[in-house]
Amino acid sequence: MADATWPEELYALLRKADITQFCYVPDAGHQVLIDRSLADPEVHSVALTTEEEGVALIAGAHLGGKQGVLLMQSSGVGNCVNFFSLIKNGNFPFLTLVSMRGDFGEGNPWQIPMGQATQPVMEDIGITCLRAESPDDLIPTVQAGLTMAFQSEMAIAILLTQKLIGAKAFG
Amino acid sequence: MTEPTIDRRELLPQLFDSPDKALFISGLAGAAKDTAAFTDDGANLFTMAGTMGAAVAMGLGVALNAPDRDVVVVTGDGELLMGIGGLVTVASMAPGNLSIVCIDNGQHGETGGQAGHTARNTNLEAIAKGSGLPSTMTISAPEQMKDGAAFLKTASGPRFLLCRVLPSAPSAYKRNFDPVACRHRFRDAFMRA
Repeated sequence: MADATWPEELYALLRKADITQFCYVPDAGHQVLIDRSLADPEVHSVALTTEEEGVALIAGAHLGGKQGVLLMQSSGVGNCVNFFSLIKNGNFPFLTLVSMRGDFGEGNPWQIPMGQATQPVMEDIGITCLRAESPDDLIPTVQAGLTMAFQSEMAIAILLTQKLIGAKAFG
Repeated sequence: MTEPTIDRRELLPQLFDSPDKALFISGLAGAAKDTAAFTDDGANLFTMAGTMGAAVAMGLGVALNAPDRDVVVVTGDGELLMGIGGLVTVASMAPGNLSIVCIDNGQHGETGGQAGHTARNTNLEAIAKGSGLPSTMTISAPEQMKDGAAFLKTASGPRFLLCRVLPSAPSAYKRNFDPVACRHRFRDAFMRA
């Protein structure tokens, strides 16, 4: 993944779509996006103490007339579940990019329960999940997600699967 | 610690000159009722009736993206504690246009008045200060409310005002519980301004 070009393309796509707030808990899977947002004077790059803050920050950005994205690992989805009520109830446009753990080829058993529950939990609370399995399918998937979130005011999660980002060596 | 003597229903009108100048985000329960009563549930207010702990982070999102407006989060001690890490995030981003007003009644009024942590050993102003907010203040008596108002006007932001109040009832006000409508009215009013 260190040599992959898709993270750079992904950042460019998000910026072209007028995403100006990036909220994240530091995560290896989102490292390029986080670094680019920190170096970009046109955006707010917000390090969170817990992922649920990001859900509320995205809703607040919308009230302030702007668009944000929440970058998190699948384990962080579990920290957000009640705050997704705010998105669902207020019908806020919402986009999150979730780097998956506990998925294809996972070697850390602690990541398995939340990783396996990530998509069903999100779908249960009304977030539509789009899976990106390969570099080829990532950009069109995120483009679709941007349109669904910000034009149709849907809540969208793009799952960056471990087929795409690789399983972190563990042990 | 001196016992507080502020009646919360008198607090917000004493802290702010006008109910419609700032953008207000309030958490759930009593804080939402008091803020809705103060603004007459205005288009400059978004209240919650759930998602306990979300108010500070939501206000931060508004403040970062509406840098020309004063943004005020009105929260309670219980709500603030549920999202206490948000103070740290606020301190790191340091938006000068954000004020956090915590109405601390030392109890969970909405669920039957169970004692809260601030009635025991916890000091929320010290937590805000330790989180790195540049300006913090505590008031607990009615005659200090004018000092609180001056603090909110002049202290460098982000600022945190802890208002220790009597454990009396919040304002009786029936606010709009349709978050979609409240989102639209807030955003429309903000974008028009």
